Amino acid sequence: MSVSDADVKKIAKLARLRLSDAEVALYGGQLTKILDSMAELAKADTANVPPTTSVLGAVNVMREDEPKPFEDIEALLAHAPDRDGPYFKVKKVIE
Amino acid sequence: MELTQQTAAKIASAVRNGETTAEAVATAHFARIEKLDGTVKAFLNATKDAALARARDIDARRKKGEKLGALAGVPVALKDNIQLKGVETTCASKILKGHIAAYDATVVERLKNADAIFVGKTNLDEFAMGSSTENSAFQKTTNPWDAACVPGGSSGGSAAAAAAGMCSFSLGSDTGGSIRQPAAFCGVVGLKPTYGLVSRYGLVAFASSLDQIGPFTRTVSDAELALSVIGGHDPKDTTSAPNEPAPISAAPKDLKGLRIGLPKEYFIEGLDPEVEKSVRDAVAVLKSLGAEIKEVSLPHTKYAIATYYIIAPSEASSNLARFDGIRYGFMDRAATNLQEVYEMTRGAGFGSEVKRRIMLGTYALSSGYYDAYYSKAQRVRTLMANDFKEVFKQVDLIAAPTTPTPPFRFGEKTNDPIAMYLSDIFTIPSNMAGNASVSIPCGFSKKGMPIGLQLIADVFQEKKMLSTAKAYETLKPFALLKG
Repeated sequence: MSVSDADVKKIAKLARLRLSDAEVALYGGQLTKILDSMAELAKADTANVPPTTSVLGAVNVMREDEPKPFEDIEALLAHAPDRDGPYFKVKKVIE
Repeated sequence: MELTQQTAAKIASAVRNGETTAEAVATAHFARIEKLDGTVKAFLNATKDAALARARDIDARRKKGEKLGALAGVPVALKDNIQLKGVETTCASKILKGHIAAYDATVVERLKNADAIFVGKTNLDEFAMGSSTENSAFQKTTNPWDAACVPGGSSGGSAAAAAAGMCSFSLGSDTGGSIRQPAAFCGVVGLKPTYGLVSRYGLVAFASSLDQIGPFTRTVSDAELALSVIGGHDPKDTTSAPNEPAPISAAPKDLKGLRIGLPKEYFIEGLDPEVEKSVRDAVAVLKSLGAEIKEVSLPHTKYAIATYYIIAPSEASSNLARFDGIRYGFMDRAATNLQEVYEMTRGAGFGSEVKRRIMLGTYALSSGYYDAYYSKAQRVRTLMANDFKEVFKQVDLIAAPTTPTPPFRFGEKTNDPIAMYLSDIFTIPSNMAGNASVSIPCGFSKKGMPIGLQLIADVFQEKKMLSTAKAYETLKPFALLKG
Protein backbone atom coordinates (compact mmCIF):
# COMPACT_ATOMS: atom_id res chain seq x y z
CA MET A 1 0.00 0.00 0.00
CA SER A 2 1.32 3.43 -0.94
CA VAL A 3 0.51 6.44 1.22
CA SER A 4 0.25 9.47 -1.06
CA ASP A 5 0.95 13.09 -0.21
CA ALA A 6 -2.80 13.69 -0.22
CA ASP A 7 -3.28 10.83 2.28
CA VAL A 8 -0.57 12.25 4.55
CA LYS A 9 -2.16 15.70 4.44
CA LYS A 10 -5.58 14.25 5.24
CA ILE A 11 -4.24 12.29 8.24
CA ALA A 12 -2.26 15.32 9.42
CA LYS A 13 -5.45 17.37 9.33
CA LEU A 14 -7.29 14.75 11.39
CA ALA A 15 -4.38 14.67 13.86
CA ARG A 16 -4.16 18.49 14.01
CA LEU A 17 -0.52 18.51 12.91
CA ARG A 18 0.92 21.21 10.64
CA LEU A 19 3.57 19.49 8.51
CA SER A 20 6.14 21.02 6.19
CA ASP A 21 6.35 19.78 2.58
CA ALA A 22 9.54 17.93 3.48
CA GLU A 23 7.73 16.18 6.35
CA VAL A 24 4.81 15.24 4.09
CA ALA A 25 7.24 13.55 1.69
CA LEU A 26 9.21 11.87 4.50
CA TYR A 27 6.17 10.52 6.35
CA GLY A 28 4.51 9.34 3.13
CA GLY A 29 7.50 7.11 2.37
CA GLN A 30 7.96 5.94 5.94
CA LEU A 31 4.28 5.21 6.56
CA THR A 32 4.17 3.21 3.32
CA LYS A 33 7.09 1.08 4.50
CA ILE A 34 5.72 0.67 8.02
CA LEU A 35 2.24 -0.28 6.78
CA ASP A 36 3.77 -2.72 4.28
CA SER A 37 5.61 -4.41 7.13
CA MET A 38 2.27 -4.80 8.90
CA ALA A 39 0.64 -6.60 5.99
CA GLU A 40 1.78 -9.90 7.51
CA LEU A 41 -0.90 -9.48 10.18
CA ALA A 42 -3.45 -10.52 7.56
CA LYS A 43 -1.90 -14.01 7.74
CA ALA A 44 -2.92 -14.44 11.38
CA ASP A 45 -6.18 -16.37 11.60
CA THR A 46 -8.39 -14.28 13.86
CA ALA A 47 -11.76 -15.77 12.92
CA ASN A 48 -13.67 -16.23 16.19
CA VAL A 49 -10.90 -14.49 18.18
CA PRO A 50 -12.21 -11.61 20.30
CA PRO A 51 -10.20 -8.37 20.42
CA THR A 52 -8.33 -7.71 23.66
CA THR A 53 -10.08 -5.00 25.64
CA SER A 54 -8.23 -5.51 28.95
CA VAL A 55 -5.32 -7.78 29.76
CA LEU A 56 -6.64 -8.34 33.29
CA GLY A 57 -10.28 -8.82 32.34
CA ALA A 58 -11.11 -5.72 34.34
CA VAL A 59 -14.70 -4.59 34.69
CA ASN A 60 -16.08 -1.10 35.14
CA VAL A 61 -14.78 0.62 38.25
CA MET A 62 -17.61 2.43 40.01
CA ARG A 63 -17.56 5.01 42.76
CA GLU A 64 -19.86 7.63 44.20
CA ASP A 65 -20.03 10.68 41.93
CA GLU A 66 -18.86 13.18 44.51
CA PRO A 67 -16.91 16.24 43.42
CA LYS A 68 -13.64 16.82 45.26
CA PRO A 69 -11.95 20.20 44.89
CA PHE A 70 -8.35 20.05 43.62
CA GLU A 71 -6.12 21.58 46.27
CA ASP A 72 -4.09 23.81 43.98
CA ILE A 73 -6.21 25.08 41.08
CA GLU A 74 -3.86 28.02 40.56
CA ALA A 75 -0.98 25.61 39.81
CA LEU A 76 -3.08 24.03 37.02
CA LEU A 77 -4.14 27.37 35.55
CA ALA A 78 -0.53 28.54 35.68
CA HIS A 79 0.26 25.96 32.96
CA ALA A 80 -1.88 27.76 30.42
CA PRO A 81 -0.14 29.78 27.72
CA ASP A 82 -3.10 32.17 27.79
CA ARG A 83 -5.61 32.70 30.58
CA ASP A 84 -8.14 35.20 31.78
CA GLY A 85 -8.57 35.03 35.55
CA PRO A 86 -9.76 31.52 36.46
CA TYR A 87 -10.32 30.57 32.77
CA PHE A 88 -8.23 29.10 29.95
CA LYS A 89 -8.31 31.56 27.07
CA VAL A 90 -8.83 30.41 23.46
CA LYS A 91 -9.15 32.22 20.14
CA LYS A 92 -12.63 33.35 19.19
CA VAL A 93 -14.55 30.39 17.70
CA ILE A 94 -17.95 31.95 16.89
CA GLU A 95 -18.18 34.98 14.59
CA MET B 1 31.35 2.71 52.84
CA GLU B 2 31.22 3.99 49.26
CA LEU B 3 27.69 5.36 49.30
CA THR B 4 27.16 5.50 45.55
CA GLN B 5 27.87 1.75 45.20
CA GLN B 6 25.57 0.65 48.01
CA THR B 7 22.20 -0.96 47.66
CA ALA B 8 19.09 1.03 48.52
CA ALA B 9 18.39 -1.44 51.33
CA LYS B 10 21.82 -0.86 52.88
CA ILE B 11 21.55 2.94 52.61
CA ALA B 12 18.11 2.98 54.21
CA SER B 13 19.26 0.87 57.13
CA ALA B 14 22.46 2.93 57.56
CA VAL B 15 20.43 6.16 57.64
CA ARG B 16 17.88 4.68 60.04
CA ASN B 17 20.50 3.43 62.52
CA GLY B 18 22.67 6.54 62.29
CA GLU B 19 25.68 4.95 60.56
CA THR B 20 25.41 7.74 58.01
CA THR B 21 23.09 10.66 57.32
CA ALA B 22 20.67 11.32 54.49
CA GLU B 23 22.60 14.51 53.80
CA ALA B 24 25.90 12.62 53.41
CA VAL B 25 24.19 10.16 51.07
CA ALA B 26 22.70 12.94 48.96
CA THR B 27 25.98 14.89 48.87
CA ALA B 28 27.89 11.79 47.69
CA HIS B 29 25.40 11.21 44.88
CA PHE B 30 25.48 14.82 43.69
CA ALA B 31 29.28 14.66 43.67
CA ARG B 32 28.93 11.60 41.44
CA ILE B 33 26.46 13.44 39.19
CA GLU B 34 28.82 16.41 38.93
CA LYS B 35 31.70 14.09 38.06
CA LEU B 36 29.95 11.92 35.47
CA ASP B 37 26.84 13.58 34.12
CA GLY B 38 28.71 15.98 31.86
CA THR B 39 29.42 12.88 29.74
CA VAL B 40 26.50 10.59 30.54
CA LYS B 41 23.84 13.35 30.38
CA ALA B 42 21.30 11.18 32.18
CA PHE B 43 19.59 14.11 33.91
CA LEU B 44 17.40 16.76 32.33
CA ASN B 45 17.15 18.40 35.74
CA ALA B 46 19.18 17.50 38.84
CA THR B 47 17.29 18.90 41.84
CA LYS B 48 20.18 19.34 44.26
CA ASP B 49 18.85 22.08 46.55
CA ALA B 50 15.47 20.41 47.07
CA ALA B 51 17.13 17.02 47.61
CA LEU B 52 19.57 18.35 50.21
CA ALA B 53 16.78 20.22 52.03
CA ARG B 54 14.70 17.05 52.11
CA ALA B 55 17.71 15.01 53.29
CA ARG B 56 18.38 17.44 56.16
CA ASP B 57 14.72 17.26 57.13
CA ILE B 58 14.90 13.44 57.24
CA ASP B 59 18.04 13.65 59.41
CA ALA B 60 16.30 16.13 61.75
CA ARG B 61 13.31 13.81 62.10
CA ARG B 62 15.61 10.94 63.01
CA LYS B 63 17.29 13.06 65.67
CA LYS B 64 13.89 13.77 67.17
CA GLY B 65 13.41 10.02 67.48
CA GLU B 66 10.96 9.59 64.62
CA LYS B 67 10.86 6.20 62.96
CA LEU B 68 11.97 6.57 59.33
CA GLY B 69 10.51 4.77 56.30
CA ALA B 70 11.67 1.81 54.22
CA LEU B 71 13.70 4.06 51.89
CA ALA B 72 15.10 6.48 54.48
CA GLY B 73 17.48 8.81 52.66
CA VAL B 74 17.60 6.66 49.50
CA PRO B 75 18.34 8.84 46.45
CA VAL B 76 15.92 8.11 43.61
CA ALA B 77 15.85 9.45 40.04
CA LEU B 78 12.58 9.76 38.12
CA LYS B 79 12.02 9.45 34.40
CA ASP B 80 10.79 12.85 33.26
CA ASN B 81 7.31 11.59 32.42
CA ILE B 82 6.51 11.03 36.12
CA GLN B 83 5.08 13.97 38.04
CA LEU B 84 7.05 15.38 41.00
CA LYS B 85 5.12 18.34 42.39
CA GLY B 86 6.79 21.71 41.93
CA VAL B 87 9.37 20.39 39.45
CA GLU B 88 9.27 20.58 35.65
CA THR B 89 7.84 17.55 33.78
CA THR B 90 8.87 17.79 30.12
CA CYS B 91 8.63 14.23 28.71
CA ALA B 92 11.78 15.43 26.85
CA SER B 93 9.45 17.38 24.55
CA LYS B 94 9.48 21.01 23.51
CA ILE B 95 5.70 21.02 23.85
CA LEU B 96 5.96 20.59 27.65
CA LYS B 97 9.03 22.76 28.26
CA GLY B 98 8.38 24.82 31.38
CA HIS B 99 5.50 22.63 32.60
CA ILE B 100 5.67 22.54 36.41
CA ALA B 101 3.92 19.51 37.93
CA ALA B 102 0.92 20.56 40.01
CA TYR B 103 0.70 17.22 41.86
CA ASP B 104 2.70 14.12 42.73
CA ALA B 105 2.31 10.83 40.90
CA THR B 106 1.10 8.08 43.23
CA VAL B 107 4.51 6.37 42.97
CA VAL B 108 6.15 9.64 44.05
CA GLU B 109 3.75 10.06 46.96
CA ARG B 110 4.61 6.53 48.10
CA LEU B 111 8.35 7.15 47.75
CA LYS B 112 7.93 10.33 49.82
CA ASN B 113 6.04 8.42 52.50
CA ALA B 114 8.95 5.95 52.59
CA ASP B 115 11.38 8.88 53.12
CA ALA B 116 13.20 8.57 49.77
CA ILE B 117 14.81 11.69 48.31
CA PHE B 118 14.65 12.79 44.66
CA VAL B 119 17.91 13.58 42.88
CA GLY B 120 16.27 14.68 39.65
CA LYS B 121 14.38 13.98 36.44
CA THR B 122 15.99 11.82 33.77
CA ASN B 123 16.14 11.96 30.00
CA LEU B 124 13.93 9.83 27.75
CA ASP B 125 12.84 9.46 24.17
CA GLU B 126 10.22 12.16 23.69
CA PHE B 127 6.97 10.96 25.32
CA ALA B 128 8.70 7.57 25.85
CA MET B 129 8.64 6.82 22.12
CA GLY B 130 11.90 5.21 21.11
CA SER B 131 14.52 2.61 21.91
CA SER B 132 17.72 4.69 22.23
CA THR B 133 16.81 7.97 23.99
CA GLU B 134 18.01 9.69 20.80
CA ASN B 135 14.47 11.07 20.35
CA SER B 136 14.84 13.44 23.31
CA ALA B 137 14.29 17.04 22.20
CA PHE B 138 17.00 18.22 24.61
CA GLN B 139 20.07 15.98 24.82
CA LYS B 140 21.61 12.62 24.02
CA THR B 141 22.26 10.35 26.98
CA THR B 142 25.32 8.14 26.54
CA ASN B 143 25.82 4.59 27.74
CA PRO B 144 27.92 4.73 30.95
CA TRP B 145 29.89 1.66 29.77
CA ASP B 146 30.88 3.30 26.46
CA ALA B 147 29.92 6.85 25.51
CA ALA B 148 29.86 5.93 21.80
CA CYS B 149 26.84 3.69 22.42
CA VAL B 150 23.23 4.50 23.22
CA PRO B 151 21.84 3.67 26.68
CA GLY B 152 18.71 2.14 25.12
CA GLY B 153 15.31 3.63 25.56
CA SER B 154 12.97 5.00 26.14
CA SER B 155 14.00 5.18 29.83
CA GLY B 156 17.68 5.66 28.89
CA GLY B 157 18.36 8.40 31.43
CA SER B 158 17.00 6.37 34.34
CA ALA B 159 18.95 3.26 33.27
CA ALA B 160 22.20 5.22 32.88
CA ALA B 161 21.74 7.05 36.20
CA ALA B 162 21.28 3.78 38.11
CA ALA B 163 24.20 2.11 36.30
CA ALA B 164 26.56 5.03 36.94
CA GLY B 165 25.72 5.27 40.66
CA MET B 166 24.11 8.69 40.32
CA CYS B 167 21.13 7.38 42.33
CA SER B 168 20.42 4.24 44.38
CA PHE B 169 17.64 3.37 42.01
CA SER B 170 15.45 5.05 39.46
CA LEU B 171 11.98 4.70 38.01
CA GLY B 172 11.09 4.32 34.37
CA SER B 173 8.05 3.33 32.34
CA ASP B 174 7.72 0.33 30.05
CA THR B 175 5.23 0.29 27.17
CA GLY B 176 7.04 -2.10 24.81
CA GLY B 177 10.34 -2.67 26.61
CA SER B 178 11.32 0.82 27.74
CA ILE B 179 12.55 -0.42 31.13
CA ARG B 180 13.97 -3.84 30.23
CA GLN B 181 15.81 -2.87 27.03
CA PRO B 182 17.79 0.06 28.54
CA ALA B 183 18.40 -2.04 31.68
CA ALA B 184 19.99 -4.70 29.47
CA PHE B 185 22.05 -2.07 27.61
CA CYS B 186 23.27 -0.40 30.84
CA GLY B 187 23.92 -3.57 32.88
CA VAL B 188 21.30 -3.08 35.60
CA VAL B 189 18.13 -4.80 36.76
CA GLY B 190 15.00 -3.48 35.04
CA LEU B 191 11.62 -4.66 36.28
CA LYS B 192 8.35 -4.34 34.40
CA PRO B 193 5.71 -5.35 36.92
CA THR B 194 2.43 -6.98 35.93
CA TYR B 195 0.05 -4.54 34.24
CA GLY B 196 -2.00 -2.89 36.98
CA LEU B 197 0.33 -3.69 39.90
CA VAL B 198 1.78 -0.15 39.97
CA SER B 199 -0.45 2.93 39.71
CA ARG B 200 0.02 5.14 36.65
CA TYR B 201 -1.62 8.17 38.29
CA GLY B 202 0.78 11.00 37.48
CA LEU B 203 2.57 9.17 34.66
CA VAL B 204 2.08 11.03 31.39
CA ALA B 205 0.13 8.49 29.32
CA PHE B 206 1.58 7.04 26.12
CA ALA B 207 -0.35 3.80 25.41
CA SER B 208 -2.64 3.19 28.34
CA SER B 209 -3.32 -0.51 27.75
CA LEU B 210 0.44 -1.20 27.85
CA ASP B 211 2.17 1.41 30.07
CA GLN B 212 3.62 0.27 33.37
CA ILE B 213 6.00 1.96 35.84
CA GLY B 214 8.91 0.00 37.30
CA PRO B 215 12.37 0.36 38.87
CA PHE B 216 15.99 0.21 37.68
CA THR B 217 18.24 -1.19 40.40
CA ARG B 218 21.71 -2.69 40.79
CA THR B 219 20.46 -5.77 42.69
CA VAL B 220 17.35 -7.93 42.48
CA SER B 221 16.56 -7.31 46.17
CA ASP B 222 16.43 -3.58 45.54
CA ALA B 223 13.92 -4.16 42.73
CA GLU B 224 11.75 -6.05 45.21
CA LEU B 225 12.20 -3.28 47.77
CA ALA B 226 11.27 -0.57 45.27
CA LEU B 227 8.25 -2.54 44.08
CA SER B 228 7.09 -3.13 47.67
CA VAL B 229 6.97 0.66 48.13
CA ILE B 230 5.50 1.79 44.79
CA GLY B 231 3.17 -1.17 44.10
CA GLY B 232 -0.34 -1.93 45.24
CA HIS B 233 -3.85 -0.74 44.59
CA ASP B 234 -4.55 2.95 43.97
CA PRO B 235 -8.13 4.23 43.64
CA LYS B 236 -6.81 7.15 41.55
CA ASP B 237 -5.92 4.74 38.69
CA THR B 238 -9.01 2.89 37.50
CA THR B 239 -6.84 0.23 35.82
CA SER B 240 -5.04 -0.45 39.10
CA ALA B 241 -5.33 -4.09 40.21
CA PRO B 242 -6.47 -5.09 43.73
CA ASN B 243 -3.21 -7.07 44.20
CA GLU B 244 -0.42 -6.03 46.56
CA PRO B 245 3.27 -6.72 45.78
CA ALA B 246 4.81 -9.72 47.53
CA PRO B 247 7.05 -9.12 50.54
CA ILE B 248 10.85 -9.25 50.07
CA SER B 249 12.07 -12.83 50.13
CA ALA B 250 15.39 -14.55 50.76
CA ALA B 251 17.29 -16.01 47.79
CA PRO B 252 16.33 -19.67 47.37
CA LYS B 253 19.14 -22.20 47.95
CA ASP B 254 18.29 -24.02 44.73
CA LEU B 255 15.69 -24.07 41.97
CA LYS B 256 14.61 -27.72 42.28
CA GLY B 257 11.12 -28.25 40.94
CA LEU B 258 11.13 -25.01 38.91
CA ARG B 259 10.31 -25.41 35.21
CA ILE B 260 11.81 -22.82 32.85
CA GLY B 261 10.79 -22.55 29.22
CA LEU B 262 12.96 -21.31 26.36
CA PRO B 263 10.67 -20.02 23.59
CA LYS B 264 12.04 -21.25 20.29
CA GLU B 265 10.76 -18.09 18.57
CA TYR B 266 13.19 -16.01 20.67
CA PHE B 267 16.29 -17.92 19.58
CA ILE B 268 16.12 -17.12 15.92
CA GLU B 269 18.26 -15.96 13.04
CA GLY B 270 19.20 -12.34 13.66
CA LEU B 271 19.86 -12.96 17.36
CA ASP B 272 23.41 -11.75 17.95
CA PRO B 273 25.68 -14.76 18.69
CA GLU B 274 27.26 -13.06 21.71
CA VAL B 275 23.82 -12.34 23.17
CA GLU B 276 22.73 -15.91 22.51
CA LYS B 277 25.83 -17.34 24.19
CA SER B 278 25.46 -15.18 27.32
CA VAL B 279 21.78 -16.04 27.64
CA ARG B 280 22.38 -19.78 27.13
CA ASP B 281 25.22 -19.65 29.70
CA ALA B 282 22.83 -17.97 32.16
CA VAL B 283 20.22 -20.66 31.51
CA ALA B 284 22.92 -23.29 32.23
CA VAL B 285 23.47 -21.60 35.61
CA LEU B 286 19.73 -21.86 36.36
CA LYS B 287 19.86 -25.53 35.33
CA SER B 288 22.86 -26.13 37.60
CA LEU B 289 20.66 -24.87 40.45
CA GLY B 290 18.16 -27.61 39.72
CA ALA B 291 15.71 -25.92 37.36
CA GLU B 292 14.21 -28.07 34.62
CA ILE B 293 14.77 -26.44 31.21
CA LYS B 294 12.48 -27.18 28.28
CA GLU B 295 11.74 -25.69 24.89
CA VAL B 296 8.36 -23.99 24.55
CA SER B 297 6.61 -22.18 21.71
CA LEU B 298 4.97 -18.75 21.49
CA PRO B 299 3.85 -19.09 17.88
CA HIS B 300 2.44 -15.58 17.42
CA THR B 301 5.68 -13.82 18.40
CA LYS B 302 6.29 -13.00 14.74
CA TYR B 303 3.34 -10.60 14.83
CA ALA B 304 4.56 -8.71 17.91
CA ILE B 305 6.13 -5.71 16.18
CA ALA B 306 3.28 -5.12 13.74
CA THR B 307 0.67 -5.52 16.46
CA TYR B 308 2.50 -3.19 18.81
CA TYR B 309 3.10 -0.50 16.20
CA ILE B 310 -0.63 -0.37 15.51
CA ILE B 311 -1.93 -0.50 19.08
CA ALA B 312 0.63 1.78 20.78
CA PRO B 313 0.49 4.61 18.20
CA SER B 314 -3.31 4.39 18.07
CA GLU B 315 -3.54 4.89 21.82
CA ALA B 316 -0.84 7.56 21.66
CA SER B 317 -2.68 9.52 18.97
CA SER B 318 -5.61 9.72 21.37
CA ASN B 319 -3.61 10.33 24.58
CA LEU B 320 -1.50 13.09 23.01
CA ALA B 321 -4.56 14.96 21.72
CA ARG B 322 -4.51 16.86 25.03
CA PHE B 323 -1.36 18.74 24.02
CA ASP B 324 -3.12 21.42 22.04
CA GLY B 325 -1.56 24.71 23.13
CA ILE B 326 -4.51 25.64 25.35
CA ARG B 327 -3.82 24.07 28.72
CA TYR B 328 -0.11 23.22 28.82
CA GLY B 329 3.34 24.40 27.95
CA PHE B 330 4.10 25.61 24.46
CA MET B 331 1.73 27.52 22.14
CA ASP B 332 2.66 28.81 18.70
CA ARG B 333 1.79 32.52 18.95
CA ALA B 334 1.85 33.05 15.19
CA ALA B 335 -1.50 31.24 14.96
CA THR B 336 -4.46 33.44 14.00
CA ASN B 337 -7.39 31.10 14.76
CA LEU B 338 -8.15 28.10 16.98
CA GLN B 339 -7.54 25.47 14.29
CA GLU B 340 -4.13 27.04 13.63
CA VAL B 341 -3.34 27.10 17.36
CA TYR B 342 -3.79 23.34 17.44
CA GLU B 343 -1.99 22.54 14.20
CA MET B 344 0.92 24.95 14.52
CA THR B 345 1.51 24.26 18.22
CA ARG B 346 1.57 20.49 17.64
CA GLY B 347 3.51 20.74 14.39
CA ALA B 348 6.27 22.79 16.02
CA GLY B 349 6.05 21.31 19.53
CA PHE B 350 6.32 17.58 18.78
CA GLY B 351 9.47 15.94 17.46
CA SER B 352 9.78 13.70 14.44
CA GLU B 353 9.12 10.28 16.02
CA VAL B 354 6.13 11.54 18.01
CA LYS B 355 4.58 13.02 14.87
CA ARG B 356 5.28 9.79 12.97
CA ARG B 357 3.47 7.75 15.63
CA ILE B 358 0.55 10.16 15.90
CA MET B 359 0.19 9.92 12.10
CA LEU B 360 0.41 6.12 12.18
CA GLY B 361 -2.15 5.86 14.98
CA THR B 362 -4.52 8.35 13.38
CA TYR B 363 -4.29 6.38 10.12
CA ALA B 364 -4.96 3.04 11.87
CA LEU B 365 -8.03 4.47 13.63
CA SER B 366 -9.40 6.42 10.67
CA SER B 367 -12.62 5.54 8.92
CA GLY B 368 -12.18 2.64 6.51
CA TYR B 369 -8.95 1.35 8.09
CA TYR B 370 -10.07 0.58 11.65
CA ASP B 371 -11.00 -3.05 11.01
CA ALA B 372 -7.92 -3.83 8.94
CA TYR B 373 -5.49 -2.35 11.46
CA TYR B 374 -6.67 -1.58 14.98
CA SER B 375 -9.34 -4.24 15.36
CA LYS B 376 -7.12 -6.83 13.68
CA ALA B 377 -4.19 -5.96 15.96
CA GLN B 378 -6.33 -6.28 19.09
CA ARG B 379 -7.41 -9.75 17.92
CA VAL B 380 -3.82 -10.81 17.26
CA ARG B 381 -3.00 -9.45 20.69
CA THR B 382 -5.49 -11.94 22.15
CA LEU B 383 -3.65 -14.73 20.30
CA MET B 384 -0.34 -13.54 21.76
CA ALA B 385 -1.79 -13.50 25.28
CA ASN B 386 -3.23 -17.00 24.71
CA ASP B 387 0.27 -18.20 23.69
CA PHE B 388 1.53 -17.20 27.14
CA LYS B 389 -1.46 -18.82 28.91
CA GLU B 390 -0.66 -22.12 27.16
CA VAL B 391 3.05 -21.92 27.95
CA PHE B 392 2.44 -21.10 31.62
CA LYS B 393 0.50 -24.39 31.88
CA GLN B 394 3.78 -26.13 30.97
CA VAL B 395 6.41 -24.04 32.77
CA ASP B 396 6.73 -21.63 35.71
CA LEU B 397 8.90 -19.05 33.97
CA ILE B 398 10.23 -18.13 30.56
CA ALA B 399 13.91 -17.26 30.01
CA ALA B 400 14.94 -15.33 26.90
CA PRO B 401 17.23 -12.61 25.65
CA THR B 402 16.04 -9.09 26.53
CA THR B 403 17.32 -7.62 23.26
CA PRO B 404 18.44 -9.13 19.94
CA THR B 405 21.79 -7.26 19.99
CA PRO B 406 24.22 -5.64 22.44
CA PRO B 407 23.99 -1.81 22.73
CA PHE B 408 24.26 -0.11 19.34
CA ARG B 409 26.02 3.13 18.42
CA PHE B 410 24.53 6.60 18.03
CA GLY B 411 22.89 7.20 14.68
CA GLU B 412 23.00 3.52 13.72
CA LYS B 413 19.21 3.16 13.50
CA THR B 414 17.83 6.71 13.53
CA ASN B 415 17.15 6.86 9.79
CA ASP B 416 15.29 3.55 9.66
CA PRO B 417 12.25 3.45 11.97
CA ILE B 418 11.63 -0.25 11.29
CA ALA B 419 15.19 -1.24 12.30
CA MET B 420 14.77 0.77 15.52
CA TYR B 421 11.37 -0.85 16.18
CA LEU B 422 12.96 -4.33 15.93
CA SER B 423 15.01 -3.61 19.10
CA ASP B 424 11.83 -4.31 21.06
CA ILE B 425 10.95 -7.66 19.50
CA PHE B 426 11.57 -9.73 22.67
CA THR B 427 10.09 -7.26 25.14
CA ILE B 428 6.83 -6.27 23.43
CA PRO B 429 5.01 -9.61 23.94
CA SER B 430 4.98 -9.20 27.76
CA ASN B 431 3.30 -5.81 27.43
CA MET B 432 0.74 -7.32 25.08
CA ALA B 433 -0.17 -9.98 27.64
CA GLY B 434 0.37 -7.82 30.75
CA ASN B 435 2.92 -10.31 32.17
CA ALA B 436 5.57 -9.59 34.77
CA SER B 437 9.08 -9.52 33.33
CA VAL B 438 12.55 -8.47 34.34
CA SER B 439 15.91 -8.00 32.67
CA ILE B 440 19.00 -8.89 34.71
CA PRO B 441 22.65 -8.57 33.67
CA CYS B 442 24.06 -11.87 32.36
CA GLY B 443 27.48 -10.94 30.97
CA PHE B 444 29.28 -8.73 28.51
CA SER B 445 30.06 -8.67 24.82
CA LYS B 446 33.70 -8.87 23.66
CA LYS B 447 33.62 -5.08 23.43
CA GLY B 448 32.68 -4.93 27.10
CA MET B 449 29.03 -3.98 26.67
CA PRO B 450 26.35 -5.41 28.98
CA ILE B 451 23.92 -8.15 27.91
CA GLY B 452 20.56 -8.85 29.56
CA LEU B 453 18.69 -12.05 30.42
CA GLN B 454 14.93 -11.64 30.45
CA LEU B 455 12.74 -13.66 32.81
CA ILE B 456 9.02 -13.60 32.09
CA ALA B 457 6.32 -14.76 34.51
CA ASP B 458 2.57 -15.04 34.38
CA VAL B 459 0.60 -12.08 35.73
CA PHE B 460 1.25 -11.32 39.42
CA GLN B 461 3.98 -13.98 39.67
CA GLU B 462 6.70 -11.43 40.51
CA LYS B 463 7.78 -13.38 43.58
CA LYS B 464 8.62 -16.55 41.65
CA MET B 465 10.38 -14.51 38.94
CA LEU B 466 12.45 -12.35 41.27
CA SER B 467 13.45 -15.17 43.61
CA THR B 468 14.77 -17.06 40.57
CA ALA B 469 16.67 -13.93 39.51
CA LYS B 470 18.14 -13.75 43.03
CA ALA B 471 19.28 -17.35 42.89
CA TYR B 472 21.15 -16.49 39.68
CA GLU B 473 22.58 -13.29 41.18
CA THR B 474 23.87 -15.19 44.22
CA LEU B 475 26.07 -17.29 41.93
CA LYS B 476 26.82 -14.54 39.39
CA PRO B 477 26.82 -11.15 41.18
CA PHE B 478 26.25 -8.24 38.80
CA ALA B 479 29.30 -6.16 37.86
CA LEU B 480 29.25 -2.53 39.00
CA LEU B 481 30.57 0.20 36.78
CA LYS B 482 34.13 1.18 37.78
CA GLY B 483 35.41 4.74 37.96
